[in-house]
Amino acid sequence: MVVDYPALDDESTADLQFAALADRTRRDILRRAHEGRLSISALAREYPISLPAVQKHVAVLERAGLVSKHRVGRESILHTEPEALDRARAALDRLASDWQGRIGRIEHILDEAKGAI
Amino acid sequence: MPVTAVKKDLDALTMTITAQFDASAERVWEMWADPRLLEQWWGPPSYPSTFTQHDLTPGGRSAYFMTGPEGQKHHGWWEIKEVEPPNRLVIEDGFGDDGEPNVDMPGPSGATVTITEAGGVTTMSIESTFAGLGDMERMLEMGMEQGMTEALAQIDALLAGVAD
Repeated sequence: MVVDYPALDDESTADLQFAALADRTRRDILRRAHEGRLSISALAREYPISLPAVQKHVAVLERAGLVSKHRVGRESILHTEPEALDRARAALDRLASDWQGRIGRIEHILDEAKGAI
Repeated sequence: MPVTAVKKDLDALTMTITAQFDASAERVWEMWADPRLLEQWWGPPSYPSTFTQHDLTPGGRSAYFMTGPEGQKHHGWWEIKEVEPPNRLVIEDGFGDDGEPNVDMPGPSGATVTITEAGGVTTMSIESTFAGLGDMERMLEMGMEQGMTEALAQIDALLAGVAD
């Protein structure tokens, strides 16, 4: 499931994240999700609260960008968001490979000019 | 290969690439200063670049387009921040026509080029950075990453006092 939330500035994101973390149950959910894949129904069995209540907590964490949900069969699986870091890494890799290409072409031009002398 | 080092800093979102050439600093500088040489290497072979404007003076601008395999044109620009031939060049570069950023492409990035010659070998290093704080892509990537790091640090602190 993909939900497009409006873009938030860094401060608003931080506000949401701190608000999301200001609850013991949500911190616990986040810690468990960080340790491994976790289904929301399994999570609901662990807490003395209703499934909708767990879903509400998950929605708050999701809104803060701290977790995301993926459907696997009938289960909703929760995990933390390493994608943000992965995307940054991919962007830098792309940049590095662009520059490696450019430097290779510069070398080629310099070598060609030398050959012509 | 002339590339001697690639350094990536995920926190600062910078990438530094260093290369050595068997040429003088002036010759390496020409690669940047002469638009006819520049367009031979700026774009990849499948997207050759054409510079329509190239003004290497502080505050100056360069404009170019890259032509794709099917003839499609991708416009890009540079804004020149600092120029010290043949040793230093600082630019901001981005995609889109003048004043009309292409939102489908990555936002503006900055590049600091340093060229030094020693013993007939010229070392060129390029520190490349994503500069556009307003750029949504960067914000999504790094705002989240930053927030995540802070959040996890806070969780660690919160959990530290709790016997698990």
